[in-house]
Amino acid sequence: MISTIKNLYEHDRRFRFAFIVIIGIIIFSSLSFFSPYDPDSSYDVPSDQSPSIKYFFGTSSRGQDIFWKMTFAIRNSLLFGISTALLSRIISILVGLTAGYKGGIGDRILMSINDSFIVIPILPLLILFNFIFQEKMSLFLLSLIMACLGWAWDARLIRSQVLSLKEREFTRTAVYSGMKSLPITLKEHLPFVMPIVFATMINNMLWSMGLEVSLAVLGLSDINTPTIGTTIYWANQHQALVAGVWWWIAAPIAISTLLFIGLYLLFASLNQYIDPRTRLLRMGG
Amino acid sequence: MVNNEKLLSVKDITKVFSIGGLLTGTRLTAVNEVYFEMGSANPEIFTLAGESGSGKTTLARLILHDIELTHGSIFYRGTDVTTIRNRKERMRFMERVQPIFQNPFETFNPLKRVDTYLYATAVNYGIAKSGESTDGVVDDALRSVGLSLQEVRGRYPHELSGGQLQRVSVARALIPRPSLLIADEPVSMVDASLRMSIVNLFKELKEKSGVSIIYITHDLATAYYISDRIAIMLRGNFVEMGPVEKVLSEPLHPYTKILKESVPKPVLGEKWKDKIELSTLEAKEFARVGCKFAGRCPSVMDICKKEDPKNFLLDERTVKCHLYAKQFKNSIL
Amino acid sequence: MGILKVENLKAYYMTDVYGTKRTVRAIDGISVEIKENEIFGIAGESSCGKTTFMKVLSGAVKPPLTVVGGKVLYNFGNGSLDILSLQKDELRKIRWKSISCILQGSMSVLNPVRKIYKTFRDFVEAHQKIEKKGDFMRQMRDHLGKLGLPREVLKAYPHHLSGGMKQRVTIALATIFKPSVIIADEPTTALDVIVQRGVLQLLKEIQKEQKNTIILVTHDMAVHANIADRIAIMYAGRIVEEAKAGDILENSLHPYTQHLIDSLPMIGDKSHRVSIPGVPPNLANPPSGCRFHPRCSSVMGICREEVPPLIEVGDRHKVACFLVSKESGDGK
Repeated sequence: MISTIKNLYEHDRRFRFAFIVIIGIIIFSSLSFFSPYDPDSSYDVPSDQSPSIKYFFGTSSRGQDIFWKMTFAIRNSLLFGISTALLSRIISILVGLTAGYKGGIGDRILMSINDSFIVIPILPLLILFNFIFQEKMSLFLLSLIMACLGWAWDARLIRSQVLSLKEREFTRTAVYSGMKSLPITLKEHLPFVMPIVFATMINNMLWSMGLEVSLAVLGLSDINTPTIGTTIYWANQHQALVAGVWWWIAAPIAISTLLFIGLYLLFASLNQYIDPRTRLLRMGG
Repeated sequence: MVNNEKLLSVKDITKVFSIGGLLTGTRLTAVNEVYFEMGSANPEIFTLAGESGSGKTTLARLILHDIELTHGSIFYRGTDVTTIRNRKERMRFMERVQPIFQNPFETFNPLKRVDTYLYATAVNYGIAKSGESTDGVVDDALRSVGLSLQEVRGRYPHELSGGQLQRVSVARALIPRPSLLIADEPVSMVDASLRMSIVNLFKELKEKSGVSIIYITHDLATAYYISDRIAIMLRGNFVEMGPVEKVLSEPLHPYTKILKESVPKPVLGEKWKDKIELSTLEAKEFARVGCKFAGRCPSVMDICKKEDPKNFLLDERTVKCHLYAKQFKNSIL
Repeated sequence: MGILKVENLKAYYMTDVYGTKRTVRAIDGISVEIKENEIFGIAGESSCGKTTFMKVLSGAVKPPLTVVGGKVLYNFGNGSLDILSLQKDELRKIRWKSISCILQGSMSVLNPVRKIYKTFRDFVEAHQKIEKKGDFMRQMRDHLGKLGLPREVLKAYPHHLSGGMKQRVTIALATIFKPSVIIADEPTTALDVIVQRGVLQLLKEIQKEQKNTIILVTHDMAVHANIADRIAIMYAGRIVEEAKAGDILENSLHPYTQHLIDSLPMIGDKSHRVSIPGVPPNLANPPSGCRFHPRCSSVMGICREEVPPLIEVGDRHKVACFLVSKESGDGK
């Protein structure tokens, strides 16, 4: 693990940049544990102060120190993105591998469910869920709902990969070695599927965090939990740009842009690193 | 119908693939009414020879029961292979009949060590329990193909040569102690300098271990070298089948004649003289009524284009050609 | 001089993946001269560098392949031309017109959604202006007719044609401009024997008609025996023997060539054949001295230390083996 990171850090510029940015952002978000202010309280500091030595990112019209507020917002957004991506990865791996390897009637049933999820329009559905749950809507519940909506494309991708792996001779070798289907799927096919899982993980994180911002800006998420989206929501509510408090919006946008670029580069370089072809070259094949 | 005498009886099997949609699709007969038997008294090497698209690989997959038959039946030591449904029966069958694949570099997962397949085979077929005894079983198998566990342990496929990998592949297939190996083009991807060692290995397995082998190839020279009997396939049909010396030295079917003539020889002064007729459009031959070779045959007659020839039994072999209808009335089928 | 002269060519694959550096010495000191109007066969096992050699000869050198040293000089009648020093657009000018390539999977040059004659037209238009469509079609029909291909293929789509016919169409395509040199890398390897025979006969026909030089690469000695005038045997990135086809087949001097030919089975002969012992060397870490020495049955001390030079021993018969150079040295 450590040697892998060292290897990548030394040989891949993209990784070096992404690594520094993401470590920075993680440190930044973990500062939230040392915050002098409660994330929910307001008017702890003078309002509408522009960025200065005392208040790095300035203060909001609600009298909150934006620096500390952002540590909570980034932490929550990151956790939200990661949990959505992980949960939906589990579903898509399960569905994709099973449908691909088993084939036949099971495949057809799974894929028709899968295709239904692909064509469902997600934004109206999320708005509907918000109306149903109203106050009970929490960030975790939203992440659960989005995980259930965001796996279908990737499951199809995994399935198609497994379908082609199934036709390769080494799968037949495994069958004639007396291996059962589950071990074949897990031991023979999963290593080839992992790059797809990693690649789609970044997409899914970016997608879910982006969608959360859209929902929050519309006021359709749990607006009392600080996230990137809700920070922008509150800034808009107080007409920060009109009032000239631009830093209230600039802070979440700047940090999220950095985060998104960092994540993208990180996964692009990891993806290349764990690609079976590169793996073979690394092993000296 | 039980036939205990035979190791393998393939009775009039046919495989039809449907290609394309319901309305526009066509049907392609990849294997057409193929019949042959292999005895269990003496091990033999039986070659299925043919060009690409002759149906030889499909036939191998049918015998291995990887794909379903359209009709016909296959008996392995009297048991109908086509009725295998559950895993237990399947395992029992795979224990006796093992495949060897064409491309040694594709036979093993490039990301896994090759010995894992040997251990998996030994454990899954209950040949060895685990631990020490498995090492012994795997080592024995490797030694029977001229390798040893020491050379192979912990190696990835890319660390071994094509010839070595193909040996490992044979070793793996030998672990359950099968009585029949089905080898689909096992040497076509192996380097010329190593090819004969694999071919000799098959010969040795037959002679010393008593394993029968179905050897599938397009290479008539190695087929002549190792096999006892040969069947020449054309577009799903056996056009000529019999002892290899007979079929290849004095071919009867016009297709066999042309095929044999077209094999280039690595000696001087044996260059081709006359030009050859080639099929322009491949799909047409499959759909052809009557003999599939009629379009290219130098001795074609009117009947060839209308009627599928029968199998004629003469000179120790069967020939599927109208030329021999008049001379010999004792046709089978 | 001949049409092509290669001087001490060295081309390596150099890769660096996350710090794992590798240098594969695919071609390590090849010198050869190819005369006009001959079919020059190059034989060798997979990964002996023969495909890399063809890439360099056709000027298709792309990283990680790097030419480390040597020259590839062509002579198309107007002085010698080092293909390795040409710019991209100069290279494009001579490719297909002076040098054309036929590769194993070259059926892929046919666009699957265009009829054959359209592919031909696109191809010709890329090199010269077509004045009249009617004239062009007639020329194409003539060209195919000379090669004995049915003219209806022009109106067909590639998927209508059989594999052998497709390969013959690509050969027709590659020879439209009557190139001086045709590089054919395993042109018949994926084909059936009957089709192979058709394709090889076509190549020979073209060579007779257009008087060009064909460099034919294949691992199949039997194919060489049928069509090559001269044969070079490659082993691990070097040429170990080069001679007239007859000499290679009947009077070969290098132990590798002898083994290779002895191991070939033939219809009508069941006598025991053996493979060469050992395995082909890894070009990332080749053996010292003569690269064949770990597998050679007549190995001597010097073979492990020094590289045997390719020396001429008879009528344009060259061999790189200390067994031979010693004898001829003693003789003098």
